[in-house]
Amino acid sequence: MAEEAKGAEGGLEFHPMDQFIVKPLFGDGPVGMFTITNVTLWLALAVLCVYGLMVIGTSRRAIVPSRSQSIAELAYGFVYQMVEDVAGKDGVKYFPYIITLFLFIVFANFLGLIPMAFTTTSHIAVTAVLAMAVFLTVTILGFVLHGISFLKLFWISSAPLALRPILALIEVISYFVRPLSHSIRLAGNMMAGHAVIKVFAAFAAVLAISPFAVLAITAIYALEVLVSFIQAYVFAILTCVYLRDALHPHH
Amino acid sequence: MAEDTHATDGMDKTAEAPGMPQLDFSTFDNQIFWLVIALVAIYLILNRIALPRIASVLAERKGTVTNDIAKAEELKQAAVTAEENYKKALADARAEAQEIVAKAKADIQADLDDALAKADAEIAARSAESEKAIAEIRAGAMDAVAEVARETAAELVAVLGGKPDKAAIDAAVAERMKG
Repeated sequence: MAEEAKGAEGGLEFHPMDQFIVKPLFGDGPVGMFTITNVTLWLALAVLCVYGLMVIGTSRRAIVPSRSQSIAELAYGFVYQMVEDVAGKDGVKYFPYIITLFLFIVFANFLGLIPMAFTTTSHIAVTAVLAMAVFLTVTILGFVLHGISFLKLFWISSAPLALRPILALIEVISYFVRPLSHSIRLAGNMMAGHAVIKVFAAFAAVLAISPFAVLAITAIYALEVLVSFIQAYVFAILTCVYLRDALHPHH
Repeated sequence: MAEDTHATDGMDKTAEAPGMPQLDFSTFDNQIFWLVIALVAIYLILNRIALPRIASVLAERKGTVTNDIAKAEELKQAAVTAEENYKKALADARAEAQEIVAKAKADIQADLDDALAKADAEIAARSAESEKAIAEIRAGAMDAVAEVARETAAELVAVLGGKPDKAAIDAAVAERMKG
């Protein structure tokens, strides 16, 4: 898209945000709630990737695992260990939810790195739903498990009494900022990286700096590969941290 | 449905992104709808199929490894026992061999003693017999000498012109023999 626009103008034009446009997959109509869009396509591909790795990859149930089964087991063990370490032993029963989040974000991020792909996790709508789901679940879980004493999470009993109200206020604010930071961190990282790659891609059309631009794209792409994984990891581990707060609200 | 309300938004947005497409709220319901479906699908796939399967594979592997280690330990124990048995058998065999050697030596010694005693006895018997024979021969020789002496004496007496007196000759020979 950026290339077309640039060709028409003849000059250097950036459309780094065009890649994030949600548009119908078939036809040019409006985007309604049930319209099949590029979002649908790339979400479906993420689901297929998860299915491919975790179900087809492990279909042989080998004692000595194949490559794909090794990766699936590695992902399982990685997330399981993380949940157990961060959220504690009683957090393990929420492991399926956390691995769902983790695998979805990992695959959505990596699929977004395919050239011409649409990155679902670069949209605040997607990450906000994920973050709000985590926030609401954790908050409701906290109240269900501990009742009103869940509010002791904000009342830091180890601090001097005079400081407690102020700390409680800070704690409450930080608690409610959680879903915001949780979602914007992921969407912002994904969006920024992809937009920067696109900007350098536009520079690549200028002969004088095109080798530099191609090199920069390569470097940023490598960085993005790292970021894709790290952001999924960060999202999952923060979910575990929030879950621990819900399970053990007493500091 | 929802298409009608967002028609205008959808149209001007497809051409080019005005600002951040992320902040185009008209597409939120679409994204959220499909996201929820995708998440539910992933959750079901994982929770129903993948996670139990991987958990069972991991448990099975752990069991196999534990069993193998136990088996290896058992085999090692068996090897140690076998070695002990072998050493014991070796020591037993050695002791037995020594015993057999000692016994054989003792037997041989006994046989040897027996044989020596028998040989000694035989030698003694033989020498006694020989002595007897020699004594007999000697006695026989004495008689023969006496006879020869008597005959010679009788002949001598006859030649000298005397008349041999048998009794006197006998007495003289006996007298000489004694001396």
